[in-house]
Amino acid sequence: MPKIIVEVMPKADLLDPQGKAVANALHRKGHASITNVRIGKRIELHVDTTPTAADLEQAAQIAESFLSNGVIEDVVNIHVED
Amino acid sequence: MKIGVVTFPGTLDDRDAARAVRIAGAEVVPLWHADANLLKVDAVVLPGGFSYGDYLRCGAIAAQAPVTQAIVNAAKGGLPVLGICNGFQVLVESHLLPGGLIRNEHQHFICRDQRLRVENVDTAWTNQYQLGEEITIPLKNAEGGYIASEETLKRLEGEGLIAFRYIDGNPNGSMNDIAGLRNERGNVVGLMPHPEHAVEAGFGPDGAAAMRSGLDGLKIFESVIKAVVNA
Amino acid sequence: MSQELNNSVAAVDTVAVAAATPDKHQPWKELGLKQDEYDRIKDILGRRPSSAELAMYSVMWSEHCSYKSSKIYLRQFGEKVTDEMKKHLMVGMGENAGVVDIGEGWAVTFKVESHNHPSYIEPFQGAATGVGGIVRDILTMGARPIAVMDQLRFGAVDNADTARVVHGVVSGISFYGNCLGLPNIGGETVFDKVYQGNPLVNALSVGALRHEDLKLAKASNPGDLVILFGARTGADGIGGVSVLASETFDSTGPAKRPAVQVGDPFAEKVLIECCLELYHAGVVAGIQDLGGAGISCATSELASNGGAGMRIDLEKVLKRDESLTPEEILMSESQERMMGIVPKKDLKAFIALVEKWEVEYSILGEVINEDRLYINWHGEEIVNVPPRTVAHDGPVYHRPVEYPTWIDALNANSVNAAGLNRFADNATELAAQIFEVTSSPNQADKSWVTNQYDRYVGGNTALAQPDDSGMVRVSEETGLGIAIATDANGRYCQLNPYEGAKLALAEAYRNVAASGANPMAVTNCLNFGSPENPEVMWQFKQATAGLADGCLELGIPVTGGNVSFYNQTGDVAIHPTPVVGVLGVIDNVARRIPSGWQDEGHNVYLLGTTRDELDGSVWSEVVHGHLGGQPPVVDLAGEKALGDLLGGASLQGLIASAHDLSEGGLAQALVESSLRFGVGVRVWLTEIMERDGVDLTAALFAESTGRVLVSVGREDDVKFVGLCEARNVPVLRIGVTDVKGDDALLSIKEVADLKLTDLRDSWKGTIPALFG
Repeated sequence: MPKIIVEVMPKADLLDPQGKAVANALHRKGHASITNVRIGKRIELHVDTTPTAADLEQAAQIAESFLSNGVIEDVVNIHVED
Repeated sequence: MKIGVVTFPGTLDDRDAARAVRIAGAEVVPLWHADANLLKVDAVVLPGGFSYGDYLRCGAIAAQAPVTQAIVNAAKGGLPVLGICNGFQVLVESHLLPGGLIRNEHQHFICRDQRLRVENVDTAWTNQYQLGEEITIPLKNAEGGYIASEETLKRLEGEGLIAFRYIDGNPNGSMNDIAGLRNERGNVVGLMPHPEHAVEAGFGPDGAAAMRSGLDGLKIFESVIKAVVNA
Repeated sequence: MSQELNNSVAAVDTVAVAAATPDKHQPWKELGLKQDEYDRIKDILGRRPSSAELAMYSVMWSEHCSYKSSKIYLRQFGEKVTDEMKKHLMVGMGENAGVVDIGEGWAVTFKVESHNHPSYIEPFQGAATGVGGIVRDILTMGARPIAVMDQLRFGAVDNADTARVVHGVVSGISFYGNCLGLPNIGGETVFDKVYQGNPLVNALSVGALRHEDLKLAKASNPGDLVILFGARTGADGIGGVSVLASETFDSTGPAKRPAVQVGDPFAEKVLIECCLELYHAGVVAGIQDLGGAGISCATSELASNGGAGMRIDLEKVLKRDESLTPEEILMSESQERMMGIVPKKDLKAFIALVEKWEVEYSILGEVINEDRLYINWHGEEIVNVPPRTVAHDGPVYHRPVEYPTWIDALNANSVNAAGLNRFADNATELAAQIFEVTSSPNQADKSWVTNQYDRYVGGNTALAQPDDSGMVRVSEETGLGIAIATDANGRYCQLNPYEGAKLALAEAYRNVAASGANPMAVTNCLNFGSPENPEVMWQFKQATAGLADGCLELGIPVTGGNVSFYNQTGDVAIHPTPVVGVLGVIDNVARRIPSGWQDEGHNVYLLGTTRDELDGSVWSEVVHGHLGGQPPVVDLAGEKALGDLLGGASLQGLIASAHDLSEGGLAQALVESSLRFGVGVRVWLTEIMERDGVDLTAALFAESTGRVLVSVGREDDVKFVGLCEARNVPVLRIGVTDVKGDDALLSIKEVADLKLTDLRDSWKGTIPALFG
């Protein structure tokens, strides 16, 4: 069954306290080469049939209006997986 | 004088908000999330809690509820609306107030008696305070960090839309120490701290006079009664 | 072939198959049963058990569910009881939680439970689901849960693994309790290396109900429907049972199953509101929550309690995971599920209410007029048992008991026998030790923990940490309320488990009384090592006897509790740690007594007698790293007199503040009472030393029982002292309260003037520095 994958990340210029906390933890564990961490969400929309272009457009709309908060988040990717 | 108090699945402080309304002297009308009928109330309180378990984003799913749609429309027409904590998150998700509320900077839930400064008294919910009054209101949340673009912050400061500011320590990393906002019209106010927990002697924050004697939250509820009566 | 069809056709061990294949090998040993228990099951059924029946018996007869090693001792709590003690008891032990009549038509139900092992494996979920489980037990009695408390014991602060457990457990409790909207009104946080591999996470909940709303977990009326509602059933917590899957499946077996349960507090909050509406609508005849052993437990207990039987179609269970086998469904410990017994005439109303709250439900079957539990899987019978044999007639062990070989030497090695330096003439050193003791991890301020908990929600919290007990208003009309305190001291119990258990009871009792409430009932969570260790069984036997005897003497009954065995790593058991919770009632919470003074110029009194009792004390641990001797003497008659005095004085409004003395002795109490509101005090100890014949060290740090620090306004002095004397409670004025502010002092004559700001920095700094 196909799925439409929506990826949402906190806006690049805004604070990501979870990402920061994880980065600090990684540094404490000795991973100095990891300079930064940002944490977002991956949302799967399960559908019955292979999505059409119109379906993807609708998914984009849903992503913008509901699955993300445009004030603090960006939809960075929408794609289809099987 | 009837004040609606909304209950979403997962709302926790609705009974406390109702008690505060009653102590202030108005009648409580419970509003169910699935019902778009606001039952002719004179004002609405969106209480604190974890509506829908904070799923997706705090307040995001509650913002889609039938009752919320009705409240948004009514607010545009001037209905006084107060959002407390999760209620503030619902107001932000509904775009009745700008910005966003994210996880506390220190990553923990924090419950503390928080000092605030009242920075705007020209609203339906703050007219009973003195401008600049310093009050103590319980704060309890994990996602209380106020965040907004530089542009938005400039506008909020410039237009005097900050209703409450954290003093004596910023408990969650909120930008510009913003604890609460008002809209341009002055009928919508949202704040992270819980005024409904500082309305009854013996159960509020510690006061100068005695343990648990703080009642600084009562004026929020008394304000709206004043505002509606005078309207 | 789909997984589900595969399950139903190929692999299911039905009752018929079981009857026809008596010699089939079954993994009863791997499931934790003994040979004689397996044989007994075959006797009961007249054949070998089916796979599903084996799973049910193995889990329900496990230590955790059947209390087989502790039953013979727990009986004392029901036996050492007078009629007077049972006067206010509406529901006693054996139900989900005890219920106490508190007056004005109100009743209160409370209980404490453990979730120790899961909290070591997965601290966050272990602690979270511990809270969820105990709250559901309270909900099941027909009550609205109104508060939670937790008693946490972690390993040494300087061990790297301790932080992992601490962060997870505190976050888990915070996450679950806060999301349910329940104020956390108190508890304990203790660090000791004995708990390193065996942290203790005990969770308490209390609920309030009107008498007429009481619900019991029984299915009595044939024809009533059996309905499972709440969260869907998944693979949570069935790790052990998957050995069955490996017997009945080969390569097509399911993936390895998790042993941990995962909680969703939002689902439980919705369930609470939904259940309360179901109760008030009167559409539920009986109700049981699903905890350990899930559906197996709920069905067998409801049937057994009700004296009727049940017929269940197990495939009707709503599943999160279609690959679950019937055995796994029976054992699943998925959270946030309830089983209701609903009369057919009330079904429509029931459905309307669960749909209002968007709670899923499934009608699994009905109550029948036979003493039998039948469970079918797609039309084939997989379980056919007498419910009592599963739920109540489990094995009863008489485990061997042996007096420990090491205890005489331990008891002989008292502080004095060991010749420990008491520094009794060294005031400077003792002053430094006041800082050391009060800032040690177990004595230091725990705000780092408690600020992660909501104490305000509900608007009825009259007292919470750091006060002596948690107090919640039950009636908004009259102010009627309840107070709860929980206490335990593993070090005292290691020295003497009989006295140690009594000491925990005495302390919790004293804490409740010091808040102004009248102690009425007891719950307990008994955390011990392995019952297969005869010395641990000796400790258990002693502790339960001490607690039962203590309750009898104080006249307050045990209403319910929990036992957690196997808290040990290899051969090393934890200190015996019986946690005792005492519940009290207060006619009006407005009269509650704060734990520190708020006014200048009040007289400070020490009630009770101080003895040279430093064995097992915090002082001996922190200053000398020592544990030996005998714990302080318990005088329960004295505690009762003290409690009655505090109640009487409080009713007359004579007491401005009261703080009980316990770990850390007078020094700790003075520091805490001063720091509570930042008001200084000037005290003198020479009179205590003279009257009671103790040196300065004992005056400051002895942990003698039956003592409370009280502040009284000048105008009430004469009356108060008169009241004490009339009731034969020793009373001695030892100080006067002083000013507030940056210069405030705890001034101890001929010892030191300690700045409150310094004491505060030291007392408040420890825990954030360790875990912040």
